[in-house]
Amino acid sequence: MRMREISCAEIVQTVRRLCIKANSELGPDVMCALEGALAKEESPVGKDILRQILENHRLAAEEEVPMCQDTGMAVVFLELGQDVHIVGGDLTEAVNEGVRQGYTQGYLRKSVVADPLRRVNTNDNTPAIIHTQIVPGNRLQITVAPKGGGSENMSALAMLPPAAGEEGLRRFVLEQVERAGPNPCPPVVVGVGLGGNFEKVAYLAKKALLRPVGEEHPDPFYARLERELLEEINNLGIGPQGLGGRITALAVHIEVYPCHITGMPVAVNMNCHAARHQTAVL
Amino acid sequence: MKRLTTPLTRADVEDLRVGDRVLLSGKIYTARDAAHKKLIELIEQKEALPLDLEGQVIYYVGPAPARPPAVIGPAGPTTSYRMDPYTPPLLALGLKCVIGKGPRSPQVKAALQEHRAVYCAAVGGAAALLAKHIKEARVVAYPELGTEALRELVVEDFPVIVVNDCHGGDLYQEGAARYRRTGSTG
Repeated sequence: MRMREISCAEIVQTVRRLCIKANSELGPDVMCALEGALAKEESPVGKDILRQILENHRLAAEEEVPMCQDTGMAVVFLELGQDVHIVGGDLTEAVNEGVRQGYTQGYLRKSVVADPLRRVNTNDNTPAIIHTQIVPGNRLQITVAPKGGGSENMSALAMLPPAAGEEGLRRFVLEQVERAGPNPCPPVVVGVGLGGNFEKVAYLAKKALLRPVGEEHPDPFYARLERELLEEINNLGIGPQGLGGRITALAVHIEVYPCHITGMPVAVNMNCHAARHQTAVL
Repeated sequence: MKRLTTPLTRADVEDLRVGDRVLLSGKIYTARDAAHKKLIELIEQKEALPLDLEGQVIYYVGPAPARPPAVIGPAGPTTSYRMDPYTPPLLALGLKCVIGKGPRSPQVKAALQEHRAVYCAAVGGAAALLAKHIKEARVVAYPELGTEALRELVVEDFPVIVVNDCHGGDLYQEGAARYRRTGSTG
């Protein structure tokens, strides 16, 4: 494969554009799932809420304004081809500069504090959370997934014993959705990580949120588990915004990875109905 | 659908029931974590507040920046439980309605009954739509808090749902119980 050069200037511009677009434009998969939810919802209050949500998301895309005032922390996934040579600066700084420009020039809210205890706002929404994967090829794929605090705060991780099995996984996921109740702004997308180790499982749960809503796990075993969990979650009755109804979740996505013989790590990362992410390939 | 104009009276509030959908018009105030902390400090020091709470409404929101010529950026509700410790003293001073999202503590629910006030939810993540119902916005205190500053808004037909009325009702509990299907393992 021939080596390709990608300039930091191009990365800055791309990240800037993706931050603004991801905050104002929801993917057709999520819009379609919300339409489906409105058709299935039985609660009058729930239907009213889903109509407001759909109208909001259309309005945000039309007027290019954020769909939610919480424009999140910028979570950036990079799939960097091993035959790419980054020129004209530092890759991490280029991503952060793109976030800085996107959030300041795009009228997005700055929701990042420089220190968790001393809590002074960085005023430009940096730094981003950056996950980099080195892959074959000479392209750079950039995904920006702004993540709000309301749903992120309702996420959880457990190191379950192998004996917990499928039933343990089910119980843990349902407990998290029930505990979260109205707070993560249902209807939610539930990202589940299973396996790996302590840090890997949280990453898997986050990654699961990037899968298009409506696309099942390629392994029929997990596709079935996703369908069953979705049904059980929707039987909880929490409903849109937690005010009661049939639709609490739009989808459950499980991502799995091999793990140690002694453990069964599981993580749940909640996403509100504004399941935002945009991707570009350089 | 009910229509109400602020400031709210005791009769306005006592007429509301959980599940009522209300369109609110008039002046309301914004405050979230940091502004609440400052208001409570003033109360503890027995100093004057920057606003008269009698009959008023506080909306828990940290809006996104306004893109000219908009008066405010997208402005949906933030999660309310973080304001729970601060809410009863404000209700005692005549605050009649708070707007946010998510359940409240037993202490807040009891204070709502005691002081004849309501807690309403606005739709979380419907921020662009909700901003359309905000006609004016100005900072009245704590400009240094940025998005968390205390603002006075003028709203028109701002849509909210009554979650905790002053009669002890709780729509988060009643709604979920009504639609729960038995046999669920959760």
